[in-house]
Amino acid sequence: MKQKTQVDDIDRERYDFRFDEDPEAMLASGITPEIIEEISEEKGDPEWMRKFRLHALEIFARTEMPNWGPSIAGLDMSNIVTYIRPKSRMNTDWNDVPTEIKETFERLGIPQAERESLAGVGAQYDSELVYHNVRREVAESGVVYTDLESAMHDPRYAEMIRTHFMKIVPPTDHKFAALHGAVWSGGSFVYVPAGVHLEIPLQSYFRLNAKGAGQFEHTLIIVEDDAYLHFIEGCSAPKYYEAGLHAGCVELYVGKRATLRYSTIENWSKNMYNLNTKRAIVEEGGRIEWVSGSFGSHVSYLYPMSILSGKGAHAEFTGITFAGAGQNLDTGAKIVHAAPETTSHMDTKSISKSGGISTFRSAVTVQENAINSKSSVSCESLMLDGLSRSDTIPVMDIRTDQADIGHEAKIGRISDDAVFYLMSRGLDEQRARAMIVSGFADNVSKELPLEYAMEMNNLIRLEMTGTIG
Amino acid sequence: MALLKIDNLSAGIEEKELLHGVTLTVSTGETHVLMGPNGAGKSTLGYTIMGSPEYTVTGGKILFDGEDITEESADQRAKRGIFLSFQNPIEIPGISLSDFLRNALEEQTGTRMKLWDYKKQLKAAMEVLQMDSAYADRDLNVGFSGGEKKKAEILQLLMLKPKLAILDETDSGLDVDAVKTVSAGIAEYRKNCDGALLIITHNTKILESLHVDHTHVIADGKIVAEGGAELVDAINENGYENYVGK
Ligand SMILES: Nc1ncnc2c1ncn2[C@@H]1O[C@H](COP(=O)(O)OP(=O)(O)OP(=O)(O)O)[C@@H](O)[C@H]1O
Ligand SMILES: [Mg+2]
Repeated sequence: MKQKTQVDDIDRERYDFRFDEDPEAMLASGITPEIIEEISEEKGDPEWMRKFRLHALEIFARTEMPNWGPSIAGLDMSNIVTYIRPKSRMNTDWNDVPTEIKETFERLGIPQAERESLAGVGAQYDSELVYHNVRREVAESGVVYTDLESAMHDPRYAEMIRTHFMKIVPPTDHKFAALHGAVWSGGSFVYVPAGVHLEIPLQSYFRLNAKGAGQFEHTLIIVEDDAYLHFIEGCSAPKYYEAGLHAGCVELYVGKRATLRYSTIENWSKNMYNLNTKRAIVEEGGRIEWVSGSFGSHVSYLYPMSILSGKGAHAEFTGITFAGAGQNLDTGAKIVHAAPETTSHMDTKSISKSGGISTFRSAVTVQENAINSKSSVSCESLMLDGLSRSDTIPVMDIRTDQADIGHEAKIGRISDDAVFYLMSRGLDEQRARAMIVSGFADNVSKELPLEYAMEMNNLIRLEMTGTIG
Repeated sequence: MALLKIDNLSAGIEEKELLHGVTLTVSTGETHVLMGPNGAGKSTLGYTIMGSPEYTVTGGKILFDGEDITEESADQRAKRGIFLSFQNPIEIPGISLSDFLRNALEEQTGTRMKLWDYKKQLKAAMEVLQMDSAYADRDLNVGFSGGEKKKAEILQLLMLKPKLAILDETDSGLDVDAVKTVSAGIAEYRKNCDGALLIITHNTKILESLHVDHTHVIADGKIVAEGGAELVDAINENGYENYVGK
């Protein structure tokens, strides 16, 4: 009776499929000012945006690659096609979405049910939104949910976008933020007017479908004072064999006493470099709640940041990261307490398996003026075998002695006793392990709407057992 | 035909053998009691019958329904109808008692259950055990008191309806009322299933409402005495003095 410590590697068939991309739609590889001009023209950018892109490209050219995290040497920048012409333009009716594209979404199990139960669907296929639907009642409440490109051209929102776009994540932030500024394409714009409580979550589903293509979608959300929004972002990409890059950017503005819950389930194919930047700024008495499940990708750098700029603002980060064979996921969260009486809480889990590496970085900064602030961080890692690695790297920069800061980290393995206990009730070893891992991940799944929690548990089971269902 | 036949079974951990040639037969419908001093090997025998990978069988075999299951994994044995109520049930965070039990049931029966039917069954079983229905939604055994964990084990027994139930000190750590409740649970199992019981215990309270067919006394990994219900009383009176170190 030998005990298996290793479980089979993953069958990602359900997630890794891809239609042949249309080669004519691809522009030449490599990033030059000419390409940027081309993108800008194709999109009909306003003049400020054209300049912004070119300026960001300059910053990109002179900024060094990050040298402190997992290696991104496998990423051939000159080989990444930054823009792929979409096969369809905006659609408001599901029936008008081209069949091929529809099939992709349907195989991922996204469409109908969600369209009914959720307020709007903005799904990105290649580099542009192909499907977008906001229920009338959402629109009637004054909430704007559209793609960023159209919003940029709409006189009602143009100025709002100009004053918010890449203001909390400037192109100077890091090399991939600069790249994003130069080549961004697609993404969502959400505006929730003061006092509006949107009960149903808004959601978007991002997806890559072209070999060697980068995806640079930009999400800009503005939640005005006393308003409430839950935004769900789901990502999944099919497998392809050249290095793929995702360098998206999310900027969230949370007004006074407003709440924004931002939930993400990311599931990138395992050759992807996911170098994503997410940031929120929260005014007095406001709340940002991040719920984040990171799956897939070859390498990830992902550290959503919350800047608590107003008195009594609150940030909550609940996350899980799953690193399997060949994956090096460097994730974390950053909180900046920049006002008095601000509070934050981080609760994160990371799982590593079959040689996967998962590193969690928590960075808490408490500025001098942020007196009577409170922060608590709890990180737990689970290593599923002796080959895998999990690290926790807490960084704290506390500039006042009138703050209450707590940090707790735990590293564990699945206990043989627990596996035996579940097996003694008839679950085979793989299911027993998957169940224990799902249980470990329940900090995130209990924060997600039911269908997303189920999807996440399916992902975990898929990662654990090689089958789904 | 014997339901469970343990034939000259030796088993242990890497460093040492803990069971030395145990032979024991249980037939359907019977109630057996396994007694013995602390550290005698009772739990080890229970775990070994259940197929714990912690213990390696070094000699003899285990037959169930006439088939050799010595090499089978715990889940295969569970599917055959063997159940072990753990002396120390394990806490599994993040999985509710209800979800877990439904998964286990579906796995064992191979059929999906309607949520409504399942909930009804679960509620009925919890009522027998006087368990607050809120426990169904709590994480499996997490933060349960000692007594609550034991009740949760019997709840699983009632839901899974095994052919053979091994109860490892399910009665220890229970208050007077809880012993009665657990006894009622065992009676309910008896009523609903034509199963067999192998009860490991240091007390007699739990046996009062049951008809004991056989008693086995184990010491130092060996069966040292066999008898009927009267043996339980004898041990109660005189302890294990007569059986240990012989
Ligand atoms: N995994 C193990 N590693 C080392 N020793 C073990 C292990 N499992 C059991 N033993 C030893 O084997 C012997 C039998 O243990 P077991 O738990 O079966 O006793 P028991 O009869 O159930 O006792 P109790 O009445 O106290 O529950 C003990 O001496 C115990 O220390
Ligand atoms: Mg014991």
